[in-house]
Amino acid sequence: MIRRLSKNRLLIQKMGFGLLTAAAVLTVFPIVLVVIYILWMGAPAISWEFITGFPRDGMRAGGILPAIVGTVLLTLGTAIFAVPIGIGAAIYLSEYAPENKWTRLIRIAIINLAGIPSVVYGLFGLGLFVLFMKFGTSILAGSLTLGIMTLPVIISTAEEALRAVPQSFRIVSISVGATRWQTIRRIVLPQAFPGIITGVILGLERAAGETAPILFTVAAFFLPRLPHSPFDATMALPYHLFVISTQVPGMPIKLQYGTALVLLVFVLGMNFLATTIRSRERAKRQW
Amino acid sequence: MEKSLKASEYIITRLIKGSGYSAILFVLMIFYFLMSEGIVTLTEVPISSLLSIRWYPIENYFGILPLVGGSLVVTIGATLLAVPIGLLTALYIAEIAPRRAREILKPLVEVLGGLPSVVLGFLGILILSPALRQLFDLPTGLTAFAGAILLAGIALPTIISISEDALDAVPRSYRDASLALGATQWQTIWHVTLPAAKSGVLTAIMLGIGRAIGETMTVMMVTGNAPVMPAGIKALFLPTRTMTATIAAEMGEVAKGSTHFHVLFFIGIVLFLISLAVNVTASAVLFRQQKRSERILS
Repeated sequence: MIRRLSKNRLLIQKMGFGLLTAAAVLTVFPIVLVVIYILWMGAPAISWEFITGFPRDGMRAGGILPAIVGTVLLTLGTAIFAVPIGIGAAIYLSEYAPENKWTRLIRIAIINLAGIPSVVYGLFGLGLFVLFMKFGTSILAGSLTLGIMTLPVIISTAEEALRAVPQSFRIVSISVGATRWQTIRRIVLPQAFPGIITGVILGLERAAGETAPILFTVAAFFLPRLPHSPFDATMALPYHLFVISTQVPGMPIKLQYGTALVLLVFVLGMNFLATTIRSRERAKRQW
Repeated sequence: MEKSLKASEYIITRLIKGSGYSAILFVLMIFYFLMSEGIVTLTEVPISSLLSIRWYPIENYFGILPLVGGSLVVTIGATLLAVPIGLLTALYIAEIAPRRAREILKPLVEVLGGLPSVVLGFLGILILSPALRQLFDLPTGLTAFAGAILLAGIALPTIISISEDALDAVPRSYRDASLALGATQWQTIWHVTLPAAKSGVLTAIMLGIGRAIGETMTVMMVTGNAPVMPAGIKALFLPTRTMTATIAAEMGEVAKGSTHFHVLFFIGIVLFLISLAVNVTASAVLFRQQKRSERILS
């Protein structure tokens, strides 16, 4: 009797484990498939002309250089705004903030920033940067919008990295006479640096792939030249992929997959960089 | 020298504090600018008209109910798909996966989180919706269902990583105690670990749903863009239009300052308030959980 019961329980366990494994496979399989499929279908479109040329024939031929340059510039612009503020906020939360109502409010605000729909960021950027501050549809307006959207990712990962630095490091530094800021600058930040960089790259990765926030703040449907100043509009890879897959009739399928491939390589390249830095740092860490 | 050191330290500390508080400022600014363009809607469009079921802006019909309904249908569909799969995957990764599988799975889930939504929408148009059309013999594959499947993919990484964290945080001793009492590993997972991680898992599900409601490009590309009031389960296999997609699709064509322009911002306010509600609730659960664990430890 007892033996039968335990046999049953083990059978249930076996079935349960099978279910969990099946779910994991169901999650992972499509991801791998999507990545491989786009690599496979997009590869034939990749050529020197595609990467470095301007679009021709109403974007049905030629290259996507302006979109690539636009995305690179937007990513850099986002970094200029989001990195200093993001790291500053992370330092504040991890090193200075007292445990009180205000700090709690900051944390709630950050969680909310992370949850606001990307298209609402687009509306906000349109209202504040494009119309109210009169930047027009420009790289500046787009970078600021993406920058605010990226902040929560950078803040939370950087804070985690800072908190992981053992308290004893700080105590030793303070006890030999360093000020609080000197301790942060010389001891804590260098130790947390790889973790912070990982967070920054993951945040920028998200900004680079987003379409909705740039729809009304920077993106140009078709602009076959490179931008000259931060006040120029520009094409961008995600928006370009949206345009050629939904708005342009008779668009060669090869170029669509090629564009998707370039965007994917750009974004996953950043993802890979971030995870590599993180795992290397974990392996090296001595505390 | 001592003095200049103090001065610079003072300035830097102020800057750092300012960055910390900037998060609050940004949330307030976002709310303010949505309100400043959107709230006039209430004076321009009568409430009864706003809450009607006809969205046809060219003839001044601004009923937002079909759009709210569209968002609901797609989000509920995505939730039904993503919650079980996500939760089971999180359990697999946290509880039974061998180390090697874990090290492959976690980065792959992150890759899914990093896939640009426009790429998913692109594949949705070219692969998923033709497949659905054939499979279910529909007039078009660009339906709420296609949107729900892709949104499930977008909600999955959030659900998996946050519930996995919650499961990881359950103390080892809980599991040991259960196993020592003779429970199988499966019984332990189901009756001890999962209940102990309940609030974290609920947070994960809520944040996942929040992501699904707010997603824009994917749903705009694959749901067929028809602002029709959904009625019943059939609606899942018809084209629909979400709130987010409406803003994205129409904002480019409206005159600034027109009623239509204001209504689109009004929809933005609705979305902002939904995400505020979801996230404040989620963080309240998180904070309570923290307090309780502190109480247990002290």
